[in-house]
Amino acid sequence: MTLKRRQFLTTATVSAGALAMPGYIRSARAAETIQVGALYSQTGGLSVVEKMLASAVQLAASEINASGGVLGKQIEVIVEDGASDPKTFAEKAQKLVIKDKVQTVFGCHTSASRKAVLPIFERRNAMLFYQTHYEGFECSRNVVYLGAVPNQQLSNYIPWIINTLGKKKFFIVGSNYVYPREMAKVSKSLIEAGGAEWVADEYLELGHSEWAVMVNKIKESGADVVLSHVVGDSIISFYREFRNQGLSHAELPICATVTSEIEIAAMGPEYAAGSYTSFPYFMSIDRPENRSFIERYRAFVNDPKAITYHSLEAAYFQLFLWKQAVEKAGDFSADGIRENIRGQEYDAPGGPVKVDPDNLHTWVTPNIGQWQDDGQSKIVDSYGKPIKPLPYSGYGETAENLFCTAAGLDSSKL
Amino acid sequence: MFDTLFIGLSLSSILLLVALGLAVTYGAMGIINMAHGEMVMIGAYVAVLSNIWLGTNLLLTIPLAFLVTAALGYGLERLVVRRLYGRLLDTLLATWGIAILLQQAIRLEFGLSFFGIHVEGLGSGLQNVPVPQFLQGTLGLFGLQLNSYRVFIVLVTLVLAGLTWFTLYRTPLGMKVRAIIRNPQMAAACGIDVKATNAITFALGSGLAGVAGVLMAGFRSVSPDMGATMVVDGFMVVVTGGVGSLLGTMAAAGILGEINALVAIFFNEIAGRASVLLVVILVILLRPAGLFSFKGR
Repeated sequence: MTLKRRQFLTTATVSAGALAMPGYIRSARAAETIQVGALYSQTGGLSVVEKMLASAVQLAASEINASGGVLGKQIEVIVEDGASDPKTFAEKAQKLVIKDKVQTVFGCHTSASRKAVLPIFERRNAMLFYQTHYEGFECSRNVVYLGAVPNQQLSNYIPWIINTLGKKKFFIVGSNYVYPREMAKVSKSLIEAGGAEWVADEYLELGHSEWAVMVNKIKESGADVVLSHVVGDSIISFYREFRNQGLSHAELPICATVTSEIEIAAMGPEYAAGSYTSFPYFMSIDRPENRSFIERYRAFVNDPKAITYHSLEAAYFQLFLWKQAVEKAGDFSADGIRENIRGQEYDAPGGPVKVDPDNLHTWVTPNIGQWQDDGQSKIVDSYGKPIKPLPYSGYGETAENLFCTAAGLDSSKL
Repeated sequence: MFDTLFIGLSLSSILLLVALGLAVTYGAMGIINMAHGEMVMIGAYVAVLSNIWLGTNLLLTIPLAFLVTAALGYGLERLVVRRLYGRLLDTLLATWGIAILLQQAIRLEFGLSFFGIHVEGLGSGLQNVPVPQFLQGTLGLFGLQLNSYRVFIVLVTLVLAGLTWFTLYRTPLGMKVRAIIRNPQMAAACGIDVKATNAITFALGSGLAGVAGVLMAGFRSVSPDMGATMVVDGFMVVVTGGVGSLLGTMAAAGILGEINALVAIFFNEIAGRASVLLVVILVILLRPAGLFSFKGR
């Protein structure tokens, strides 16, 4: 039978209608929905990572919906594309907050994108949930920070390197922008407090992949440990060059704060085997909750080899903390969320977490992992329980002397 | 000291690797080929794909990548570039468009991702290529421990530069190409088939970029946008060396690489990079035609 043009058109229209039906029925049945935003890059250089974060948000939303939703409403996630560009992030945040009138947005990955959207959330009083570990030095009443701040990655890491690994001379290396420089500042004070010394503090341009000179310097410096705050693509060429210049992690280990399961897989695990990273979450954390999380995430993204890592776990558990806050508040307003998320606890895949009542950052447990030949880490040291986030630790903030409190930032202490 | 010089040499060789193809297309043909970096990227992806799907090692991929990118370059010349000779700015825009198309083609797995088909080795993620065992680690040479992969890159670059020189200066094709560089109309009047020669020249330049891509894949990650920054370095070298002069390109790569290494070692990386740009600006100010340029007749 030959399909006539008119027939074809009719068939196409009918089947398109049929395809659209299930969605129509679902939205008709679940009349009560609550919209939230998910603002991640779906295109551009950062999309590889940020798409994973967006999937984690959607996974959590679908799980909450399956168990009855929040306050009887189903969550509807509006995904917007930040296109790896802070300006686009600001535009899309405006669209979500002003046009769609959502009170909560989960999103942003880089500090640059967070800084770009911050004024919108503060002016319009909406809440941003930000899941990536970052450099601290921020105290917004409109952001809940789920990732680690420098003191949570470094405060047991550096003493451990000095005491357990017995290293005394640090070579600090990073990418040239705010996060590595702030991390270096905190690192130096901890190194000096631990009775060790740092022999160099060097930076390479962001995204640069030529490591010959830097690795040669590391070799000549007489350092016995490398503390790396290198980010992105550069990590891969760094570890490769490190080994190709004949250095070994057994004698001169790289101790990193950014290198995660993703970069290890991309560089080839043999280049990182024996080096260390400090993160609250590792894919290898041996808890039934984590194994089940990995399984559910893999099923959700339909990739049996998908990788989970620190920010991805936080992207997932942030929705549960948000749900608890909303339920306690009894409404979806930003003010309700802000006041009721303080002190909320949740048993995340990697371990228990708690939102700090003072600064809206999150208590997480520092873990140190050593990378193995299979691209996974072995947890060699754990703090054992969550520690308090101190976003201004680089400027002298301590648990007794808080700079960032529920009232906002006390700038007289800076 | 020799350590430092070797690192400089290694930086130079990587600059030259990318610039060599450009020296041919930009230098000889007067095309601002913004898609050159993407040819490097395609070369790197040939290495990734043939490693995953054919199991070939890095060395065997070199001729394969040359053939693939040369063929692609030939096609591009016939379809697009050919229509734009003598329109410098238009070649820039057109090849830039091609560059974006090529990047997206890899990212979207040639459109297959729309149908839910995933080809391992393509897509927007980072890829890597394993380096053969004997090129990993270090090599003892003159009492120095040198990175063997970098020694390998230096040697391959020298061979490629030698071959390019031979092609341009010792073969009938090279003679035609040089004639076209000097004066296309006169060359055509003397019976040289300018169109055919240009197509082959463009293919040659693209093929060289493909080989550069394979070598790059061995020490950095492979991603769809890896070529975008490289093309800038490539143009820098070609312009500094003097458009149309192979010797100039080689000298410029050598000088810029060594300056970068020396400043980076004695000060820091960022100063190293800045000093390279400073030298380029000075050269262009003082010798607008580049270090080595022949006099027009």
